[in-house]
Amino acid sequence: MRYHLKDLADVIRSKNSGPYELTFDIMFKTEDIYKRVCTADVINKTSFASLYKISTDDIMEVIHFHPAKAIKVTIVRPVSSGDLRETDVYGAQQHAPLMNFSFDMEL
Amino acid sequence: MEELKILSPTAILGYGFPMDSWEEGMRREPDVIAVDAGSTDPGPYYLGAGISFTDREAVKRDLTIMIPAALKNGIPVIIGTAGGCGAAPHLQWNKEIIEEIAREQKLSFSLAVIPSDIKKSTITESLQKGSITPLYPAPELTQADIDDAVHVVAQMGVEPIVKALTEGAQVILTGRAYDPVVFAALAFYKGYDKGLAMHLGKILECAAIAATPGSGSDCMFGYIGKDYFRVEPLNPIRKCTTLSVAAHTLYEKTNPYVLPGPGGILDLSETTFTQETDSIVRVAGSRFNPTHPYNVKLEGVKKVGCRTVSFAAVADPVMISQIDEITKAVKARVKDNFTGLGDYFLDFKVYGRNTIGKTGVMGIFGDTSNHAAPESQPLELAIIIDAVAPIQETANTICSFARSTLLHYGYPGRISTAGNLAFPFSPSDIKMGDVYEFCMYHVMEVTDPCELFPATIIKFDGGDIK
Repeated sequence: MRYHLKDLADVIRSKNSGPYELTFDIMFKTEDIYKRVCTADVINKTSFASLYKISTDDIMEVIHFHPAKAIKVTIVRPVSSGDLRETDVYGAQQHAPLMNFSFDMEL
Repeated sequence: MEELKILSPTAILGYGFPMDSWEEGMRREPDVIAVDAGSTDPGPYYLGAGISFTDREAVKRDLTIMIPAALKNGIPVIIGTAGGCGAAPHLQWNKEIIEEIAREQKLSFSLAVIPSDIKKSTITESLQKGSITPLYPAPELTQADIDDAVHVVAQMGVEPIVKALTEGAQVILTGRAYDPVVFAALAFYKGYDKGLAMHLGKILECAAIAATPGSGSDCMFGYIGKDYFRVEPLNPIRKCTTLSVAAHTLYEKTNPYVLPGPGGILDLSETTFTQETDSIVRVAGSRFNPTHPYNVKLEGVKKVGCRTVSFAAVADPVMISQIDEITKAVKARVKDNFTGLGDYFLDFKVYGRNTIGKTGVMGIFGDTSNHAAPESQPLELAIIIDAVAPIQETANTICSFARSTLLHYGYPGRISTAGNLAFPFSPSDIKMGDVYEFCMYHVMEVTDPCELFPATIIKFDGGDIK
C-alpha cells in the first residue's frame, strides 16, 4: 500500500546541528507505525539521498530512536550556516520534501 | 543522597518567563538557578560583530528577577554563554547589565566572570602540535583561518564553573560554555553522577521546550538524586511526558545516543524514561564517559565582506516564465559593466516558484526540482537581490546596478515596458553591513580544563564595586 510520510508522523522537522550539519527528525504517530517503517527500511541512506538529490556519502547517520518513536537523519550541510549561498540560517525549513515523501509498505 | 534541585527559568536568557511559573519554582527551594544565554543557531554574524541576538532590556528583566531572589535565598545564579556567543564584547555587555542591576538594587555579592576567548597564538601552537581536529564535516583548520578569525571562543566544560563555586562566587557569568554545564556544575561539585547531571543539564538548557506543549519562554525544574533525575514543568498547562522528554534528546543533535561535550561523551544508550506523575518524568541510566585527552570545541568566524540587499517582487506572467534566463542575463550585464571593480558576490534569491529548490527556501541544495507542485506557473515571485563585496561601497554599487538593470531589462516578449519590479520600500536598497562566515569548528586538546578560562572575581558592596 502507498503511504505519505506526513500521514504517519506527528512531527517532521529539520534544524541545524551545529553550523556544518542539518538534522531531520521524524516522530511517528504510534509505536506500531514506527516499528513497521523501521522494519520496511523505507527511510535509509539511499532513499534520503535520492529525495534530496545528494550523495549517500553526505548522509552521516540514519538512527532509529525508540524512546521517541523517531527516525533521525543527519547530513552534511550543503553550505555552512550563514555562508554566502545561505537560504535558511537555522535550517528549520528544509523538511518539505520529507512531508511529500511517499513509499510502498506492506501492512 | 538528598535531591539537588535546579531551576531553569527560560530557554535563553532574555526570552522571559511567566511570574507564576517562577514563583512555583522558588517555592520548591532550588539549590541553584541556571540559565543558558547562547546559541550558534542565529548564524556567524553575532559572534563576528560582538553583539547579542537577544535584547538588552529583555535580558535585564530576567536577571532583575533572578539575581536578587537567588541572593536572598543564598543560592548561586549561573549564566552560560553571555550575550549569545560568549566572546569578550558579549561578556562585557552582560557584565554591564549585572553591574547596573547591582547599583539599582544596592546588592552585595561576589561575581565571577569567566572569559572564553582563545588567543590566536594558542591556536597556532596547538595546530602545529597536531592537537586540533576538525569536527566532521568542518574542514581542516589552516593558519589562514586562524589569521582571518575575528573572534574565537572555546566551549568550557563544568570545571571552570565548579572552580568559581568553590571560590564562593554567588553569581557566575561565563563566556562560551557547553550549554548543559551551567545546570550540571553544582551537581558535579556535590558529587552527583556526572552522566545524570549532564543529561539533566541537556534538558534544562531549553527550559520548558522539553514539556508538552513546549515553550522556550517558561520555566522547568530539575531534581537529581543518587541514580536518577526528574524533570517537572512549573506551568499547569504543561506536562513532561516520557515522549516529550525523550524527543528532546533528538533536538539539534547529530545522534541522540552519543552526545560529545567538553571532557567526555554523554551516552544515552541505556537511558530509561518513566512517567512518575502526569507531569513529572523520571530518567535513569545515562552515563558520562570521560575522554582523554580533554577536548574543548573552538568556534570562530571571519569577515567575508559587506552586504547590500534589495527586495522586489514580480507579477508579470511573461517575466515570471523567463525568470531564470533574465536573472542570468542581468548577472552578465553587471559583470560586463564592473570588470575592474574586483571580487564580488551577486545572487538573486527567487521565492514563490512551484518547485522546491533552485533559489528559494531550499536553494542551499541546488536544483532539487523533482519536488514540483502540480500548478503550472506561480502568480507572483519575490526576489531578493543579494550583493556582497569586500567594502560596503562596492556592495552598494553591485546591488544598485543589478536592481536598476533588472527593473528595466528588455526580455523577449516584454509588453510591460514601464518597469519589471514592484518595490515595497523606498529606499529599495538596504545596507546590511559586515558579513561573516564560520571558519573554525574544531576540537582542541587541553591539559587542564580550566587553563583557557581564567576567572575574575568582582565584589559588590551595596551596589558598588569594592
